[in-house]
Amino acid sequence: MSVLVGNDTKVLIQGMGKTGRFHTNTAIAYGTTMVGAVHPSRAGETEVFEGETDHSGVPGREDTYRVELPIFRSVAAAVEATGADASVVYVPPPFAADAIMEAADAEVPLVVTITEGIPVADMVRAKRYLEGKATRLVGPNCPGVITPEECKIGIMPGYIHTPGRIGVVSRSGTLTYEAVYQLTLNGLGQTTAIGIGGDPVNGTDFVDSLAMFNEDPATDGVLMIGEIGGTAEEEAAAWIEANMTKPVAGFIAGTSAPPGKRMGHAGAIISGGMGTADAKITALEGAGVVIAPTPTDMGAAMLQALVPS
Amino acid sequence: MNIHEYQAKELFAARDIAVPLGRVATTVDEAVAAVRPLIEESENPVVVVKSQIHAGGRGKGHFKEHPDVSGVSVVTDGIDGGIEAAEARVRELAEHMLGSTLVTIQTGADGKQVNRLYIEQGIDIDRELYLSVLLDRATSRNIVMASTEGGTEIEEVAANAPEKIITEEIDPGFGLLPFQARSIAHGLGLEGDTLKSGVRFLHGLARAAVELDTDLVEINPLVVTIDGEVMALDGKVAFDANALYRHPSIAALRDATEEDPAELEATEHGLSFIKLDGDIGCMVNGAGLAMATMDIIKTVGGEPANFLDVGGGADKGQIAAAFKIITADPNVKGIFVNIFGGIMRCDTIAEGVIAAVEEVGLEVPLVVRLEGTNVELGKQILGESGLNLVIAADMKDGAEKILELT
Repeated sequence: MSVLVGNDTKVLIQGMGKTGRFHTNTAIAYGTTMVGAVHPSRAGETEVFEGETDHSGVPGREDTYRVELPIFRSVAAAVEATGADASVVYVPPPFAADAIMEAADAEVPLVVTITEGIPVADMVRAKRYLEGKATRLVGPNCPGVITPEECKIGIMPGYIHTPGRIGVVSRSGTLTYEAVYQLTLNGLGQTTAIGIGGDPVNGTDFVDSLAMFNEDPATDGVLMIGEIGGTAEEEAAAWIEANMTKPVAGFIAGTSAPPGKRMGHAGAIISGGMGTADAKITALEGAGVVIAPTPTDMGAAMLQALVPS
Repeated sequence: MNIHEYQAKELFAARDIAVPLGRVATTVDEAVAAVRPLIEESENPVVVVKSQIHAGGRGKGHFKEHPDVSGVSVVTDGIDGGIEAAEARVRELAEHMLGSTLVTIQTGADGKQVNRLYIEQGIDIDRELYLSVLLDRATSRNIVMASTEGGTEIEEVAANAPEKIITEEIDPGFGLLPFQARSIAHGLGLEGDTLKSGVRFLHGLARAAVELDTDLVEINPLVVTIDGEVMALDGKVAFDANALYRHPSIAALRDATEEDPAELEATEHGLSFIKLDGDIGCMVNGAGLAMATMDIIKTVGGEPANFLDVGGGADKGQIAAAFKIITADPNVKGIFVNIFGGIMRCDTIAEGVIAAVEEVGLEVPLVVRLEGTNVELGKQILGESGLNLVIAADMKDGAEKILELT
């Protein structure tokens, strides 16, 4: 078991540029089922992906792959033809919010948006559009979602992951890799790793992810990685306190970040002084979360959280 | 991206948002020449001389070279002495202010050089209020925030008298609705014609925030004049950098002299860089990891000299540029390179570091921590390079090693 994605997930790609093409290859090599691409003026064409799989040489598994990916004129046409239940968005920033809304209109259950640099106002509109719709957005500005050895949607290096017991949720890309790799090395492994992204306006948040992991029978604990700004970690702490039945460990980046830099002058007010790393750590520790003092200790903090007290 | 007060007011004036009359001046003569038309048009003998820098607290700030001159000066000489007296005083002030260094609570001790002045008509103020439009991350919507406590930092109001802050959420599908604007105006105690003036102002500001893709519009103080008009006495506008591509006229308002030269150079190379006060330079891939690297340097007892994120797909050229920016800081006594290679392979990083050191030179200790894709090859390349560097086992080890060496 896992959350969001698994062996049965059928994935569309929106935004088949250089980056999209590169990561379609790495996804297929990892074992992801890619079923189609969307391009408004190339419908009917196919694009061929071939190469060596990540599990080349493993007995009983394919050494190489060759996929002819059909191209559709719209997300709706692609969903109708392929039954896709997830989409990954690599569309450039000026057009990415439209791509998200198109996927939601086509009722794609999961839209993972990798694109970095989408205007805030576009995401505010896109989130308004998603209200009342069945689509779950992950990202933008995130590494993606991966269920080890089943389905990889995004730009994370697949080989650092291993199937296991821990759900990972993070606002940061490379810190997720650090965390995942430590869980691989200490033998805990991951059920699913979710990058929720570093933008101020994003889809799936910590609370959504914690709730999914709480319900997932295969997940024994959650490692969450936050950073300064906003109040998502504080909201997560309140939710954990009230609802979480599984151990949680965490790390918050930015204890040394200078105040005022990059955060709007009046931006701090909404959080009422709760945007700092210290406030987040205090809130999470208050909810029983084991906080890693440094990023080197994230795996160890998870091990510690799993020991019954 | 931030702009000057006078630029913000030009944007406001074009959008039905009331502002006082004013003229920008970059020379003493321009400042003096602004006085007569302002006094004649406004029929008010008072003018205000305002320093234009990207920092708040100007009114309470003072010039290093002239400690008795404030960053914002009200010139009342025109009341008794006429326009000539006002001009003489403005000349004296402008001579002291232009080219001098203004120190405010937001500039730090070094202060900022004043290259522009804004000469503005005097306003007879009845009340001072506060108004802003900004993103509420918790709801993913813009909100209008208002308070009767004008002239005070809003953070201070939030801490001491949160009940005096009024907010209304803007639905992106509808914009600020008329009843919401009225509700804010009522909350600010506006009545009669002043209520109408306030509602018009609120609609203008909410529309401008959306139209211009602002991160923040803040008007502090917003004033009610003795004639009952609602007007922006100050204006701070910050734009969403990701949306500047669709606002070339806004992008053209950028004043590069207000920005840290190293941060500007970094932006040109696609690097994210923030200068700090410490002595250990950092080069990291990923914003979260870059922040965590600063944290760990501090945890082991050091002080980071910068935040530097080379991004997920940096090439050799970018790594060389990053090295140049770090080593250009005379405070830097050592460099810590911390990379988790994902899509970016460690051997590419290693080659980039070697190329950069060969190009830029290296006079301070260098500690490199590599993890991830092709890590063994990366370490091998660094080990065989003959460069004077130390390879760390993990992040903490790296932070401790660079601290020992500096």
